[in-house]
Amino acid sequence: MKKVITGNQAVAYGVILSRVDVISAYPITPQTTIVEELSELIASGRLNTRFLKVESEHSAMAALIGASTGGVRCFTATSSHGLAYMHEMLHWASGARLPIVLVNVNRALGPGWNIWSDQSDSLSQRDTGWVQLYCENNQEVLDTILQAYRIAELVKLPVMVVLDAYVLSHTSEPVEIPTIEEVDSFLPPYCPQYPIDTQEPMAFSVITTPEYFLEFRYKIQKAMEQVPEVAKKVDDEFRSRFGRGYGSIERYGRGDAEILLMTSGTVASTSRIVIQKLIGKGVSVAGIKIKRFRPFPSKEIYEEIKGARKLAVIDRNLSAGVGGIFAQELRASLYSREERPEVFGFISGLGGRDITPELIEKAVQYTWEHPRPEEEILWLGLKK
Amino acid sequence: MKKMEIPFSENLGHGHLACAGCGAGVSMRLTLKALGEKTVMVFPASCWSIVPGFWPYSSFRIPVVHAGFVTGGATASGIRAALDVRGDHETLVAVWAGDGGTFDIGLQALSGAAERNEDFLYICNDNEGYMNTGTQRSSATPLFAWTTTTPVTRPKENPKKDIMAIMADHHIPYAATATIAYPEDLLRKIEKAKRIRGTRFIHLLSPCPPGWKIPSELTIKISRLAVRSRIFPLYEIENGISYTLQEESHVVPVKEYLKLQGRFSHLAESEMEVVQKNVERDWERLLKKAEA
Repeated sequence: MKKVITGNQAVAYGVILSRVDVISAYPITPQTTIVEELSELIASGRLNTRFLKVESEHSAMAALIGASTGGVRCFTATSSHGLAYMHEMLHWASGARLPIVLVNVNRALGPGWNIWSDQSDSLSQRDTGWVQLYCENNQEVLDTILQAYRIAELVKLPVMVVLDAYVLSHTSEPVEIPTIEEVDSFLPPYCPQYPIDTQEPMAFSVITTPEYFLEFRYKIQKAMEQVPEVAKKVDDEFRSRFGRGYGSIERYGRGDAEILLMTSGTVASTSRIVIQKLIGKGVSVAGIKIKRFRPFPSKEIYEEIKGARKLAVIDRNLSAGVGGIFAQELRASLYSREERPEVFGFISGLGGRDITPELIEKAVQYTWEHPRPEEEILWLGLKK
Repeated sequence: MKKMEIPFSENLGHGHLACAGCGAGVSMRLTLKALGEKTVMVFPASCWSIVPGFWPYSSFRIPVVHAGFVTGGATASGIRAALDVRGDHETLVAVWAGDGGTFDIGLQALSGAAERNEDFLYICNDNEGYMNTGTQRSSATPLFAWTTTTPVTRPKENPKKDIMAIMADHHIPYAATATIAYPEDLLRKIEKAKRIRGTRFIHLLSPCPPGWKIPSELTIKISRLAVRSRIFPLYEIENGISYTLQEESHVVPVKEYLKLQGRFSHLAESEMEVVQKNVERDWERLLKKAEA
């Protein structure tokens, strides 16, 4: 069934279809319509899920840590300051190996108060041990939630599904909604390995001395290293069942391109049009959409960039003192490789300013005309 | 003399790491007897992040879930929800939090859970300071007390926060104070709390020998003097309005309680009088509430 729905409604459909047992959330713009939609669904009896309407995001994640330890499938959604407030508990969720799925609607952090799209919120959480998946359109949002539960429960790590504020969260697009039966055959019920059980009492998240702590963290890293393979299998199966798949990255445009433009989220969508246009003008360019940020798809990217001379990265985020976070991760992933194309790190669209086709074209044009970047950070559309 | 009726069952096993004379160690043993095996216990950060034992050991014979400092109320809400979803409405979810995790950093999560009337028993093990980190002041530390962050040259300037009044004003079905000096009263209150659904709160005073600078053998005596001096009266509040006092017939001046503790050894007579006045004022208030 095809419906015209917003990104946030697509999230709600993802939650229904995943048969989530416990939701815990706190409202924050632009996530709010997700919790509103879920509340309506539960109130009307169409969704049989416990919804803990907690007093903060910190408690939202803490409640899910409790529920997930209790052995049920859990969901929350947040944005920006809400995600930052959860930070401590994000570490706890991955440290306790709980397969919680969180949707983050990308929004800038204040001050000044800003409710618009900016990836600094989710990327600030890159070291918390969560898998991070970025979405380009509302269909991908729904599909990624279904995949996220499969991945999370297989590798025992939490997964963050990320979408852009407003451009997706509040914009309607046609979305194919699978039936619950179809999803049931793809996503089996959650079978926790060690749920709380009074018949078999165990201690969870126990104090761990230096003698063992390192080994626990090693296991989290090993679980992360499984993600590329597991996610690929899950995506392949999803594609065979539903006819849609996303990969960890997606390349589009010329196969022999000299310049590769790397983007994520909805900027990838705008870039598709720009790249088509530039190829028409004779520019040797292709695009790479990065869907999975953590674990960073270093290997997948390297396979695709062989032969390219320059990589242009557009970051809608800023790690002050370094620059764009996607660019930074890309540079780090290339350092040990034989082929190391020049990386052009562009920053644009912070706090929700539009990243227009013109700006993207400017970025490609600059990369085309310069053998190497004149500055470490190239600001796109900066008012001087 | 009446024989004490305390269950033989033990759910706190060997090898726990509580200090000698730890009031909470005795409280925990008694509490677990009353709670029984169908219990999950949540530990926000406190001494009890350590006392049950280091990985891979646990001295508890019930499931325990260690949780972030702030999160007692929230973690318990989530566990309750999961058990309910699994169809287990019988297992009790209990939180055992320190005064820091209750009066201070965990107050928001506890208040949120109490407002939602989440179905769990919350026990605040109050040793009147951050004892696990070496005795720093909390909002549960009494007026004039020494701690490492309120040195004797500038002891605690503010009176203890009235957590029972705060919990009562959430109109939760049950709140009670208890100490190990009155084990039958403690057991009765836990048994009673067990039978009620919704948020239940027990404020447990637990003397801490190193933090209060008391000899380990005085834990019970000091607990009893806390009640007799009325600095820590025993009472119950139902639905936030109905107060029942367990009055001690043997009343002593608060000085008797203070003078046994090193943390109050710097107090001048005049300061002891201030504490006495405060105790009397608070007692009058409590009586009024009980009579209303």
